[in-house]
Amino acid sequence: MSSSQPNTRVLSFASDLAEARHVQAEIEAALTAAAFGERDVFAVKLALEEALVNAIKHGNGLDPEKKVHVRYAVSTERFDVCIVDEGPGFNPEEVPDPTAPENLERPCGRGLLLMRHYMNHVEYSDAGRAVQMSKIKK
Amino acid sequence: MTPQPPRRRRLEVEDIGDITVVNFLDKKILDDQNIQVIGEQLLSLVEELGRNKILLNFANVEFLSSAALGKLIVLNRKLNEVGGKLVLCNIDANIYEVFEITKLNKVFKIAKDEQDGLQAF
Repeated sequence: MSSSQPNTRVLSFASDLAEARHVQAEIEAALTAAAFGERDVFAVKLALEEALVNAIKHGNGLDPEKKVHVRYAVSTERFDVCIVDEGPGFNPEEVPDPTAPENLERPCGRGLLLMRHYMNHVEYSDAGRAVQMSKIKK
Repeated sequence: MTPQPPRRRRLEVEDIGDITVVNFLDKKILDDQNIQVIGEQLLSLVEELGRNKILLNFANVEFLSSAALGKLIVLNRKLNEVGGKLVLCNIDANIYEVFEITKLNKVFKIAKDEQDGLQAF
């Protein structure tokens, strides 16, 4: 995501799920203002929820000293977001497939699957601490 | 110390014959604390109140995350352990897609509406 892109917002907040709600509400309002449809808004909301919970809980371990950094841009064609945590990172390739029969009844591990399904592009970098996601408006 | 959130009621529970029908009061099943409370309240129906036929009505629910799915899996497992049954109904199309993507539509019995759900036991 280029920083020269119009309407790019950069923000950081403590590892607190209530703080994440403000960011989600702000992004939802921006998507609606850019005339994203109801299904696209649902898709982005769900992917954001999963990515932010991953950053706050699994990345930063709910440590209030650690922050989550979000950079996003909404245009009339697309939505791009980058979420970075300050945790130890992880290898997304090592997350077991939650749809495999032996994993179907595991109570967790579905966030990444949902992010990949609902967004057009999901890419991890910085040893799993940063996730970049994009959604092209339908 | 972090203040404890109010443990407000998040479920509406009604018995129809020997079936316990549960309505969610939240439109969005999000937030760790809320999901934790919902999970505990659902499990207590089985563990403390001995209910073993549970119909979860999602009519009010517009949004849920994977953390909420985890609680449903735990409830389903608990009901299977005691020889009971869990049925879900009135799931919005967007949310049903989440069950399809995760293949949880193969794990849970999902009925169209409450009437169908009551017949599914």
